Amino acid sequence: MTAMLEVAELGHTYQAKDGAYTAIADLSFTVGTGELVCVVGPSGCGKSTLLRTISGLIRPTRGQISLHGNEVNGVPDDLAVVFQDYSRSLFPWLTVQKNVEFPLRRNLGRAERRARAAEALEWVGLADAGRKYPWQLSGGMQQRVAIARALAYRPALLLMDEPFASVDAQTRFELEDLLLKVRTEQDTTVLVVTHDIDESVYLGDRILVLSTSPASVVADLKVDLPAQRDQITTRESEAFVALRGEVARLLNVGKTSEEVKARRKANEQQAAKWAEAERAESERADVSRDEAEERATT
Amino acid sequence: MTRFVQRWGVFAGLVVVWELLTWLADDPFFPRPSEIVMAAQGLWFSGPPGDLFLTDAVFEHLFPSVGRLLAGWVIAAVIGISLGVALGRSTAAMQYAGPLLTFMRSIPPPALVPVFLLVFSAGTQMQLATIVFGVLWPILLNSVDGARSVDATKFETSAVFRIPKAQWILGVVLPSAAPKIFAGLRVSLSLSLVLMVVSELVGTDNGIGSQLLVAQREFDFPDMWAGIVLLGVLGYALNTVLLAFERKALAWQPKQERTPATVEEKV
Repeated sequence: MTAMLEVAELGHTYQAKDGAYTAIADLSFTVGTGELVCVVGPSGCGKSTLLRTISGLIRPTRGQISLHGNEVNGVPDDLAVVFQDYSRSLFPWLTVQKNVEFPLRRNLGRAERRARAAEALEWVGLADAGRKYPWQLSGGMQQRVAIARALAYRPALLLMDEPFASVDAQTRFELEDLLLKVRTEQDTTVLVVTHDIDESVYLGDRILVLSTSPASVVADLKVDLPAQRDQITTRESEAFVALRGEVARLLNVGKTSEEVKARRKANEQQAAKWAEAERAESERADVSRDEAEERATT
Repeated sequence: MTRFVQRWGVFAGLVVVWELLTWLADDPFFPRPSEIVMAAQGLWFSGPPGDLFLTDAVFEHLFPSVGRLLAGWVIAAVIGISLGVALGRSTAAMQYAGPLLTFMRSIPPPALVPVFLLVFSAGTQMQLATIVFGVLWPILLNSVDGARSVDATKFETSAVFRIPKAQWILGVVLPSAAPKIFAGLRVSLSLSLVLMVVSELVGTDNGIGSQLLVAQREFDFPDMWAGIVLLGVLGYALNTVLLAFERKALAWQPKQERTPATVEEKV
């Protein structure tokens, strides 16, 4: 299996006014073509930083990332992201169909755009919802639109940032199965970032377990479950139960020693600071992007 | 429908009360509404049938006034929206421009009429300058606010899909800011009416404002009141048209987020 994504000795430290925060210590892993890999880690462990470096939104301070052999240096051409917050990620002023078409405007003519959007909406079971506005749909359906938008873009790598964390449990099951279905049908390479252990086991071909911050890979586990998964039988199978136990143990779930509690609290506080640093960084990126484009146009 | 009838029923009732009170008072400064309507009829609606019964006063004073009002408002909208969106997307530029904007918008526009009179000499230019300067700020500041409020997720979504700059500004920033921009446009439109009248009070004998002044000086109170009523009707009509346009442009908004047409509709 060839590697679609290679992350080597990745590290990221945010520079803020009152000091530096290391979000990622040292991460190395690969994602093979056609694989679905789940990254699972405690909250505030640097998962979103990892996602932002892979998608080129921020430049890591150490290490390399390459997508199908090309070093990631800015946002890659063929990468799509599904964000957790579908209500903000979709454009409320565009219909569902136009939302899916929006990123395609850069490269495709009108007819082709339409055809691709309609096709992607059919994959996610929303063939009839194209003329509706996102707010007229349920949360789960909105996230399907976001998935359709990402798939219509035909990405080499599909990144998903806690994609099902904002929907109810029932809908989450549906969306998990939908993801498994479309990624098999479309042969998409997927990297899902999640904090949900069960979800990572249910979805993944492999699971990367991250440590608390600064993040490093604690374990790289192969999921030995049949490719065809089922919300009931898979979840009650011995292999599933054993694996979720293993991941939970690696993540120190349920350990309530004072030391762990104190560390979590410190992490949460740091996570808040990083979030602020990140916002500042992305605003700077906005400005530098503007400048870069101005240079490019003149 | 019944609410509509109720609302306008109260309005009509008040006019009747006004009619009675002015009839009882019999004060030349406060003519009866029926007299005002007669005056308005004589002033504007007694023209030849070929001109749809509109009089010369309509063509010489009302239309030029409305023309200047709309021209000034449109110029302010173009400057305000483009400058506002640019400033709103640049933290650094806004930090420099912020204090200046706050200072400029604190100046009461009528205070600048003498300045504009010197710079542009009396007439259309000076009147346009007064209107543009006066109504620019609500549009500009609302555009800044709107452009700033594009959320981080939309920014990242656009960055990840490598949305080109023009599509980002026109397709993401502008629609995100649109509800706020429209709020600014509405405030500015009512302000335009005020400044149109103010700008016609000096150095000109053209326009509704100047005619109002003439009527007052000649103790022609029904004509003066007719002018005041006309301004009220004009303001109401302009707001209604803009609101209809806003509804259309922002039709994508969920119902509860839409701007209510009137204060009552909100309740």
